[in-house]
Formats: sequence, structure tokens, C-alpha cells
Amino acid sequence: MPVEDKKRAAHQVLVERVLTGAGKASPEQRARAFSNAGVPAPLQALIGKVATSPAQVTDADFAAAKASGLSEDQLFELVVSAAVGQATRMYDAGLAALAEATGDERPDNAT
Amino acid sequence: MRLEILNSGYRPGTKLLFAIIRMFSGRPLPDAARLVFYRPGFYGAAAKKFTHEAMRGPSAWSVADRELMAAFVSNVNESAFCVGAHTATAGQAYQDRAKVQAVLADLESAPVEDGLRATLRMLGKLTREGKVGAKDMRDVLSAGVSPQQIEDALAVCAAFNTTGRLADAFGFQLLSPEDFDAGARYLLKRGYK
Repeated sequence: MPVEDKKRAAHQVLVERVLTGAGKASPEQRARAFSNAGVPAPLQALIGKVATSPAQVTDADFAAAKASGLSEDQLFELVVSAAVGQATRMYDAGLAALAEATGDERPDNAT
Repeated sequence: MRLEILNSGYRPGTKLLFAIIRMFSGRPLPDAARLVFYRPGFYGAAAKKFTHEAMRGPSAWSVADRELMAAFVSNVNESAFCVGAHTATAGQAYQDRAKVQAVLADLESAPVEDGLRATLRMLGKLTREGKVGAKDMRDVLSAGVSPQQIEDALAVCAAFNTTGRLADAFGFQLLSPEDFDAGARYLLKRGYK
């Protein structure tokens, strides 16, 4: 098995755990946080910042999300989902650009 | 950290482990290390495995180069905890702190090889804009970087775009320079497992 497959396979395990593993937030809630799309209003500020400007997250963002009735465990899962989701989109975008540049549909098979 | 469960919600065995580590090292465990102990089946176990594979698994990039990429990506994200941690780790790995500082201050004039510079430039764009194109990749390839090395760099980038986001969202406590150095020695000895 090529080396890069191990890195990507390990990443895929992480994505699957976060999206479908046992958790307190529903898989639908986690999927929305992961894709930063269709997130309900009280959570939107927090999840949007985790995805696009994480250094701007504040205590107030967490307070607003908690006030909507989400538990700390649910928030833990949704913040992790948002972070893994954004990083995954970057990883996929980079691999797709590389495949295009090398004229290979699937760079993991290049070697 | 901003969620109380991440400060005090660990299982008794984990709390005992934290206390033992503190006793032997004389330092509290950094928040980056604590986080992966919280419900490890949800995030920590798989995250550690991926991060270790990206940072310490087989690659044509040295450990120092990959730690520099981690510091560079974290710097673009303004993730203070991760910049501190991986600046210290890259500096120790290269045995050259000035080189790492120069890259973070101005990539274009820093004393690094063209291939590494082109790779960091591409990772910076991907991290800033969330996307890159085939042209960006051709620029890296023409600097002498192999497709495999680009894939390896993208894995480092993915790992630290995840960790940095969590550091800032959960509010990891910054460490003193001495404690960042101690953490760096640990990461170079043991990795991310």
C-alpha cells in the first residue's frame, strides 16, 4: 500500500468517527456543522467562526449556543465537526488541484 | 478551556494520569494534550493517529520541515497556541530557531530551499482562501517538489487546520516559552501518539 494511502486512510477514519460515531449531537446536526451550512441561528456565529475565522471565537459565542439548549457535550462534538469539516474541504481541494496538475484523476494511484 | 467538560469532565483514570504527569514533569499537561483525552472515541484517538501519520509517518520531508509547515499554517490562522508549540518544535528539530522565525516573518526572503518555500506558499494560500488551483500545484512541482511530497504537505496542512481551529475555539491556555520548549522536546521524542 502506498505511503500516502495511510495518511488519507487515517484522515478518513477521523471524518467517519466525527460524522457517524456514537455522540450526543445527531448525525444531522454534526453534518451541518461539518459543512458549515444550514446551521441554526443560535449556533451559526460559533460554527461559522470555527470554519472561517477561529481566532475570533469568543465566550459569548459559546454562551449563545448554550442558551439555545445545547449541552457541553453536544457543543464539543459540533465544534470538532466544524473544524474537521473545514480542514477536510481544504485537504480535498488541494488533492483535486494536484490531480489536475499531474493529469491524474486519483493521485493516490500515481505511484 | 471554554467548555467546563474539557477542564474537569475527564474520567477518574484520566484525571489520575494528568496528576501523575504533572508530578513527574513539574508541569501541567498542555490543553492540546488534554483535549485528545476527552471522549477519545469521538475525536482524540483518530485525531492522534492521523496527526502522527502526517507528522512522523514516512515522508521525503524531514520532521523539521513538517513542524515548520505546522507553524506556518498556524501563523496564517493566527492560532497563537499552535504557533508557539510548533515554532518551538521546528526550531529544536532544525537546531535553528532563527530560520523558523525568518520563515514566519517573511517567507520570500527566508533562508529555505525553493521547493520548501513554494510548498509553504501554496499551503498559505490554501489555508487563507480555502482553495488552490492546478496552477498553484504546477508552481510547486516546477520548484522540484514531487507529487508525493505535495500530498504529504497537504496532510500536515489538514492536521493543523483542524488542531488550530480547536485550539482557538476551545481557548487553549498559552504556555511560557520554557513550557513550549518542554512540549517540543516531548513531541520530537514521542510524536503525537
